Amino acid sequence: MSGLSDHWAGLSPVAQQFWIAVLKVAVIFNVLLGLFSFMTYAERRLLAFMQFRLGPNRTGPFGVLQPIADGIKLFFKEEVIPEGANRWVFVAAPAVAVVAAFLSIAVVPYGGPGLFQIADLEVGILYLFAISSLGVYAIVMAGWAANNKFTMLGGLRSAAQMFSYELALGLSWVGLIMLAGSFRIQDIVTAQKGGLGLLNWFCVVQFPAFIVYLIAATAEVNRTPFDLPEAETELVAGFHTEYSSMRFALLQMAEYVNMITVAAVGTSLFLGGWLSPLPLLPDSPLWFFVKFGLLLFFFIWLRGTLPRFRYDQLMHFGWKVLVPVATLWILVTAGLVTAGVPGFRR
Amino acid sequence: MASATQEPPAASGVEAPAARVLRAELGPQLRSVADFRGDLAITVERDAWVRAASLLRDHPQLDFKLFLDLCGVDQLDDDTDEGLRDRYEVVLHLYSVTHKHHVRLKTTAPEAAPDVPTLTGVYKGANWFEREAWDLYGIRFTGHPKLERLLTHDAFVGHPMRKDYPVGQRHVLKSPKVQLMDVPADSEHLLVNIGPSHPAMHGTFRVQALMDGETIAACEAEIGYMHRNFEKMAEVRTYWQIIPYTDRLNYCSSFMNGHGWALAVEKLLGIQAPPRAEAVRVILSEFSRIMDHIIAIGTNVVDLGAITPFFVMFRAREDIYELLDACCGARLTVSYVRIGGLAQDVPEDFEARCRRVMKSVQEVVDQADGLLTRNPIFTSRFKDVGAMGKDEALSWGWVGPCLRGSGVAYDVRKDHPYSGYEQYDFDVPVGTVGDCYDRYLVRMEEMRQSLRIIDQALRKLPSGPVIVDDKKVALPPKSEVYSNIEALMNHFKLVYDGILPPPGEVYGYTEGANGELGYYIVSRGAKHPWRVKVRPPCFNIYQAFPSMITGALLADAVAIIGGLNVIAGELDR
Repeated sequence: MSGLSDHWAGLSPVAQQFWIAVLKVAVIFNVLLGLFSFMTYAERRLLAFMQFRLGPNRTGPFGVLQPIADGIKLFFKEEVIPEGANRWVFVAAPAVAVVAAFLSIAVVPYGGPGLFQIADLEVGILYLFAISSLGVYAIVMAGWAANNKFTMLGGLRSAAQMFSYELALGLSWVGLIMLAGSFRIQDIVTAQKGGLGLLNWFCVVQFPAFIVYLIAATAEVNRTPFDLPEAETELVAGFHTEYSSMRFALLQMAEYVNMITVAAVGTSLFLGGWLSPLPLLPDSPLWFFVKFGLLLFFFIWLRGTLPRFRYDQLMHFGWKVLVPVATLWILVTAGLVTAGVPGFRR
Repeated sequence: MASATQEPPAASGVEAPAARVLRAELGPQLRSVADFRGDLAITVERDAWVRAASLLRDHPQLDFKLFLDLCGVDQLDDDTDEGLRDRYEVVLHLYSVTHKHHVRLKTTAPEAAPDVPTLTGVYKGANWFEREAWDLYGIRFTGHPKLERLLTHDAFVGHPMRKDYPVGQRHVLKSPKVQLMDVPADSEHLLVNIGPSHPAMHGTFRVQALMDGETIAACEAEIGYMHRNFEKMAEVRTYWQIIPYTDRLNYCSSFMNGHGWALAVEKLLGIQAPPRAEAVRVILSEFSRIMDHIIAIGTNVVDLGAITPFFVMFRAREDIYELLDACCGARLTVSYVRIGGLAQDVPEDFEARCRRVMKSVQEVVDQADGLLTRNPIFTSRFKDVGAMGKDEALSWGWVGPCLRGSGVAYDVRKDHPYSGYEQYDFDVPVGTVGDCYDRYLVRMEEMRQSLRIIDQALRKLPSGPVIVDDKKVALPPKSEVYSNIEALMNHFKLVYDGILPPPGEVYGYTEGANGELGYYIVSRGAKHPWRVKVRPPCFNIYQAFPSMITGALLADAVAIIGGLNVIAGELDR
């Protein structure tokens, strides 16, 4: 042990930074993988309980080993690449999806500055915005490359959907940036600190923006009621109809990681991240995970409750309701900040 | 005589208004008027066929607006020349919702030239029925817009329902029809096959749609994937042997099919089941209706992406299955009905079981109501989607919840009560615009009304036997067969000879879960029916589907088809 610490002390500060970053990436990457598989389990169990079923409960205690069994099964499945498919794009699409999904989690802070974040970027929010747009490429690629009419319709739907809702998603963040005066996510979290506990959080102060965010984020990750790209009753399975084996698993993973990301981002930006909800209690990374879990539950709950929108209703809702509301709220926030209304002061 | 007793006495028989009007208008072209078991049958010459149908539809005293059924009958008779001259009959069944009367219009065509003018210009619904008659009997309908095979494969050779087509003959036909419609070579639209196996197609049928983006620019439906020619099979079975086949028609509410069949045969025989059997039939039919509506609504909303209401509602369906299981030992295909009653009496705790199931149905209907009826996403998907006007619905031959959704309060249970429905107090819900939402609301309300009927029937449930005491119709109890020579002989005679009804033809009809389920039986007095024609409610309903979704969005097509509740087993027979 002492040898290792001596060696550590002998490294240059840049090298130390590098190794710390590598360690953090390794830890968080693996935690995310675990979380992804746990989410598949949690979603199935929770949905089952909402629907008077039991869900997977045979593999391991309470069925918690089910995701592992699923993983093993998917590994051993035959990989089918349909005839007439564009091989390269078909193979690349799941990889793009997963990479894009994992990249955005890098800037989310789980605790105070320092250890609990992979990269504390100055332009964290802009980075998020940029990376989250990459996911749509994967879906369009997957839909187009398979040479199937249903996947193509699914791919086109999701391209249109994600473009529309990304706009509202980005607009919902503008108010926060104005209030926090920074693009750093860590700054936005600390800007929500105040004497009133959870009343200082942006989900209260920026309530309309929070609602816009929740809706747009649900659409962004293609979950009910916005799961049109893979609307199984219309488009069979949408863009991933032709995928099998691990490529299918990768696409699924990308979806769940995206959901985890929007929940983590939402927690940081609107729910005060690692801040405690009551002024008396200490701030801790634990709070982050509690809120994060609640948001994830919310997404599952939605799926258990709502039917799906129709394509044209979705576009109308995105462009004629969400974008105007978000824009209007930016104007209102700007006005309040300029007027120096309490709670809207930087 | 279950349903015949309810014919209005003043207008019955050969002096009924339909007969009077046609006699006056057609003169010698009207060949004959018959009345058997209260069914009015008018035979006209082929030349007057279209005129007679138009008169029946448009004459204010007749007003036969509801197209029920059109079918062919092969009257092949080797002994006489006449048999060849009038070999093929085309039989049309119509109903008037204003005057509440049925009519059967018939014409004949010779073997040498089986041509009959088409009725597609008079009734929209005639289209597929005529294609079916062409397919199965080779009757050519002159002037038909698209006289192609419907139920059998397009490479099929011969016409399977003809009496000279061997029952056991098989064809192996593998290659599917790739393209159902002509697409211009320079078309930029996408041709998409929805079905035969597609998640939105409940059963195997296929719609080929030409997609302009998300909009369906044109479409064509193909059915027949589940066709097993039930009607041909029925011609070589005795009357009670047909009961299990009827279970496979609308398998979501199989009890009601058997109920309808038994009533039709009882009408032909002129007998009536004992009161206890009738009451139990009503109770189980109403439970089956609830079950069917649960499936219709549950799967419809699953198609919209809402999975929870489906599971909520299917719990009650499971309870109903257990009730059926307790009564007869089967869940899906019950075969519980017998000609003249029921196979066996219900279990002792029948009423308590029914009450438990009723409570569970009430609960899930309320829960589904809470999840769906005022849910804004749900209503936006259903309101003003797939609207079907009153007149159009009648012309297509819509019946049941779909027709009532379009605002026509026609319910066989109310208008021509059978099995004692006249004793029960219930309402017939109707919609206003005939969209998916109206059809949904009608089904939801019908489930509540069914509970009301079951409640009253349970209160009044009489005691007594559950099958008629008629040794020519019902098998004697097993205990007697094993102990008593007379019962043994009766048993033997009945099994060997079958039920022998008088010669004649009847149209027996009941309110199935999807609407009027009719059985047209032609008997020549033998133990096998000469001809059985099922009037399947969803055949008429599905026929309108391609025209309903042309111009609609793909997602709307999915919402519409679930609400129509098309059951492939009944559609293709």
